[in-house]
Amino acid sequence: MIKIKDLQARVEEKEILRGINLEIGPGEVHAIMGPNGSGKSTLSSVIAGREDYEVTGGAIDFEGEDLLDLDPEERAHKGIFLSFQYPVEIPGVTVSNFIKTAINESRKGRGEEPMEAREMLAKMREKTALLEMDKSYLSRSLNEGFSGGEKKRNEIFQMAMLEPKLAILDETDSGLDIDALRIVANGVNKLRSEDNAVVVITHYQRLLDYIEPDFVHVLYNGKIVKSGDKNLALELEAKGYDWIKAENA
Amino acid sequence: MSDEILDEITASEYKYGFTTDIESDKVPPGLNEDVIRLISAKKNEPEWMLEWRLDAFRTWSEMIEPEWPNVTYEKPDFQAISYYSAPKQKKTLDSLDEVDPELLKTFEKLGISLDEQKRLTGVAMDVVVDSVSVATTFKETLAEKGIIFCSMSEAIQEHPELVRKHLGTVVPKRDNFYAALNSAVFTDGSFCYIPKGVHCPMELSTYFRINEAGTGQFERTLLVADEGSYVSYLEGCTAPSRDENQLHAAVVELVAMEDAEIKYSTVQNWFPGDAEGKGGVFNFVTKRGICERNAKISWTQVETGSAVTWKYPSCILKGDNSVGEFYSVAVTNKFQQADTGTKMIHLGKNTKSTIISKGISAGKSHNSYRGLVRVGARAENARNFSQCDSLLMGDQCGAHTFPYIEAQHPSAQIEHEATTSKIGEDQIFYCNQRGIGTEEAIALIVNGYCKEVLNQLPMEFAVEAQKLLEVSLEGSVG
Repeated sequence: MIKIKDLQARVEEKEILRGINLEIGPGEVHAIMGPNGSGKSTLSSVIAGREDYEVTGGAIDFEGEDLLDLDPEERAHKGIFLSFQYPVEIPGVTVSNFIKTAINESRKGRGEEPMEAREMLAKMREKTALLEMDKSYLSRSLNEGFSGGEKKRNEIFQMAMLEPKLAILDETDSGLDIDALRIVANGVNKLRSEDNAVVVITHYQRLLDYIEPDFVHVLYNGKIVKSGDKNLALELEAKGYDWIKAENA
Repeated sequence: MSDEILDEITASEYKYGFTTDIESDKVPPGLNEDVIRLISAKKNEPEWMLEWRLDAFRTWSEMIEPEWPNVTYEKPDFQAISYYSAPKQKKTLDSLDEVDPELLKTFEKLGISLDEQKRLTGVAMDVVVDSVSVATTFKETLAEKGIIFCSMSEAIQEHPELVRKHLGTVVPKRDNFYAALNSAVFTDGSFCYIPKGVHCPMELSTYFRINEAGTGQFERTLLVADEGSYVSYLEGCTAPSRDENQLHAAVVELVAMEDAEIKYSTVQNWFPGDAEGKGGVFNFVTKRGICERNAKISWTQVETGSAVTWKYPSCILKGDNSVGEFYSVAVTNKFQQADTGTKMIHLGKNTKSTIISKGISAGKSHNSYRGLVRVGARAENARNFSQCDSLLMGDQCGAHTFPYIEAQHPSAQIEHEATTSKIGEDQIFYCNQRGIGTEEAIALIVNGYCKEVLNQLPMEFAVEAQKLLEVSLEGSVG
């Protein structure tokens, strides 16, 4: 589905990604772990198309297309979704209005008709129920006055509504208590299918207890230095990152 | 003018920039007592009205144009303006069939086809093209309730006692330079009277439109809500594109008697000038209302047009327990300049006022909020809350706030909150990531920002206002 080849990127003058190679197929769940500052969030931002990052080398192929040629909204229309680590507030714009706009703009981008109001409403009901959210969420201003947990849950709600092919969850577990973590993970699991893929970026093993990854990668100093199965995450949990740092010193 | 040309113009530049070929009965440019006599005679006015106009003209002749607003423009040449232009029409019309088909076409282009409006929204419209009302609808329904809703000219003929009693009581002839000019030369406008205890069953609406090249428009609106009555009034403006500047100096007077409530909503979209800022409308308007005991006046405005705007819809809270509200969105883009706000004059006891102002500046425009909250010496327990927010887009525009507060009573409670913000790149990227392109993202964010004000508008008007905001800000980020 997505092939990342020797990806290099920098912000301002600072090299952050120094040659990332990663291939993700449909139906797979990949976890990306690593210490602070290793480039995890940069990788997700570059995939999503954030302008602050300058790609200095390499390529990203998404279903046969050069992703780096596309605007962020075009990438979204193709089915790329990023769950933000720090979702922004948009005062006065309700969650329902925002998601309705997002869905219909994406459909327009793909040359499809807007979703019928009734279908939209039914879908919102279904997904709020899935994430155990109160319906009043929908009429609140986007992320305004939301607790950390509410913001993350709202990200997964949007993901559920948009049904992306590739979802990147950037530290979705931070700021979540154990109940919210279970609900969010449960939501993600219900959305897993043979056709879509999930990338989970996290510091901790605990989210991976709920969302079981097929592959675990360790990012360090802008490169993937180790890959394995879910046991790698457990090993990291036990040993910490010093072991990785020492190996790559 | 063929439809293709119309389409081209409407699609590219100012959406409503086109003119209609309607024969006009037009007075040569210039202003003196003879012109005023001519206007008055053409309108077959009574002697008192002519005297009133002449008195206003003499006052105006000795006044000078104000310099204090935070705007720069080339002052109009008042002798180069034609002060009267009336579409050649039969004087009264019973139905739309009698309206010039050319004119109906114009309204269709504007998306305000009268019969659609009549049928779908139940809005009664008094349509002003240039200066003479050509169609008045729903009159019968209103008449059953004793409501008078007609053109000002008609009111002068049919209800002289009401006009004479109230005209100039809220905005006196000598109030300011443009109010004096308007008093001398106003050609038409709307008049509305709601009798005691009557709740007006529909939104009353007037579409203003400047249609004749070089014709300044001087509308005069007088709205009287008698004791215990209620009315919601909508005013919307679109104007054709022009090379020369057009002067628009309207006066609106509202009288809310004891226990009455008036809600006055405006969507203003006069031609703002071309991309270089040339040729837009000058909008110098005086709007004011007076509240008697327990009365309430609420102004809501969405201002997106005009090259230069100078406008302060105000409330004189004369009666005890009266309430004044002002909700405003003012958008400036390209080279537009707006100096707008309100005055809340608290005279009675326990009077309350609320001011919510949302300014949006883009391009090289300048947007000023100017507001006065005055609490008089007898206004015990007066309260005011003001919130003035400015949103900036790009780095070449300006937002300015000039709040004036004068409190003469120790019990006054006055709160003023102000914020200035920029649309964040984070917000735009977030929207982009969800599939929403940058233009749509800005429209979404701006509409959210203005929501408190837009929510005050009647439903159909709110939709129109939202679209207008989007159109006004198109291309404002690179």
